[in-house]
Amino acid sequence: MSFVSHAEEGHESGDKKTEIKEYIQHHLLDSHDFALTSYTNEDGETVHVGFPLPVILWDDGLKVFMSSKLHHGEAVAEVGGNYYKSYHNKIYKTDAEGTIELDEHHHPTNVKPLDLSITKNVAVIFLVGLLMFFLFKGLAASYAKNSGIAKGIGRFLEPIVLYVRDDIAIPNIGEKKYKKYMPYLLTVFFFVWFVNLLGLTPLGVNVTNSISVTIALALITFLITNLTGTKDYWKHIFDPLGDSMPWYGKLPIYIILVPIEILGIFIKPFALLIRLYANIKAGHIVLMSLIGLMFLFKSWLGSSLSFGLTFAISLIELLVALLQAYIFTMLSALYFGFASETHEHAEEHDGEIQHL
Amino acid sequence: MEIPVMVGAGLVVIGAGIGIGKIGGSAMEAIARQPEAYGKIQTAMLIAAALIEGIGFAALFAV
Repeated sequence: MSFVSHAEEGHESGDKKTEIKEYIQHHLLDSHDFALTSYTNEDGETVHVGFPLPVILWDDGLKVFMSSKLHHGEAVAEVGGNYYKSYHNKIYKTDAEGTIELDEHHHPTNVKPLDLSITKNVAVIFLVGLLMFFLFKGLAASYAKNSGIAKGIGRFLEPIVLYVRDDIAIPNIGEKKYKKYMPYLLTVFFFVWFVNLLGLTPLGVNVTNSISVTIALALITFLITNLTGTKDYWKHIFDPLGDSMPWYGKLPIYIILVPIEILGIFIKPFALLIRLYANIKAGHIVLMSLIGLMFLFKSWLGSSLSFGLTFAISLIELLVALLQAYIFTMLSALYFGFASETHEHAEEHDGEIQHL
Repeated sequence: MEIPVMVGAGLVVIGAGIGIGKIGGSAMEAIARQPEAYGKIQTAMLIAAALIEGIGFAALFAV
């Protein structure tokens, strides 16, 4: 998705629209500092409120510095004789003046060092990871201490854990094999849910509308599905008809069927990552556009309309945050179910038919 | 962003909307007929809706 913004001069409403567009576009990007808000003071300077995060670059050796040196892309950071500048939240190597050379497509031609920074998204992922660790460690500890009864926040979490087990894992994977998939299913459910909920707070967190995060999540599902795949799972892909047909009958069907099945292995996690990414991103764009309407209308009617709509959409987004976590977990469980299926059941069934 | 692409994406979104609408409507009818199967119907509905939604988003992101 591309937001092309052309600066219109003279038109005040055009300027406002461009400003809102740029603000939304900026919000959707990852950044090198944890910006809470920014405003323009009496002297016309932009004041950023937030705190810097460490920037880690690999550029002929490790370069570590705080992102406050970059001044939100307004200044050139000098580290160990090299100069770096942030341009559209990406760090480029520049000369002392910080010139960014653009090609005809407005893409910078400067050298881009390997960026391993603790960006805003990474910081939030660490935070959610820690939060989950302490919440669920507390839940587990309260079982031991309290003779099998959850205490405190655990009383809220316990039914959800049980729901994931009884209504997501067992029906899709089966009574016998669900246990080895439970750690991943619970982790991914609570991770996606917490991160989505944090995205609805005024912190401006947007972890799951960064496609890299959803790619990583879907990649884990993909790896678990295919690494735990049973013989029957692979047989279903490469030899779906089995012994029901002689080889010369199967050949023309398999020329079409097997490539589709192989493609399906990759399409499943791809749909998973696009769904999560697009849902959350679309939600953020809608919410911020509705808030942006307030600055275009500039009247009590428009503002209250914008407020009402934002409130309603926020409530829907609360549902979507949970729903996307549920769908991701559900579909992961479904794929694990395919991967761990064995044909014992079908054979029993065949046997019954033969007896009849 | 060319106009044919945008129209195409719009058509896909209309299709996805009709699809999800039909799923929701059928689920409502099914729940009205068998309220005790509420949980199972809801799960099946959500999965089907999510699959269609994926296509809708894929079209939007092609723009």
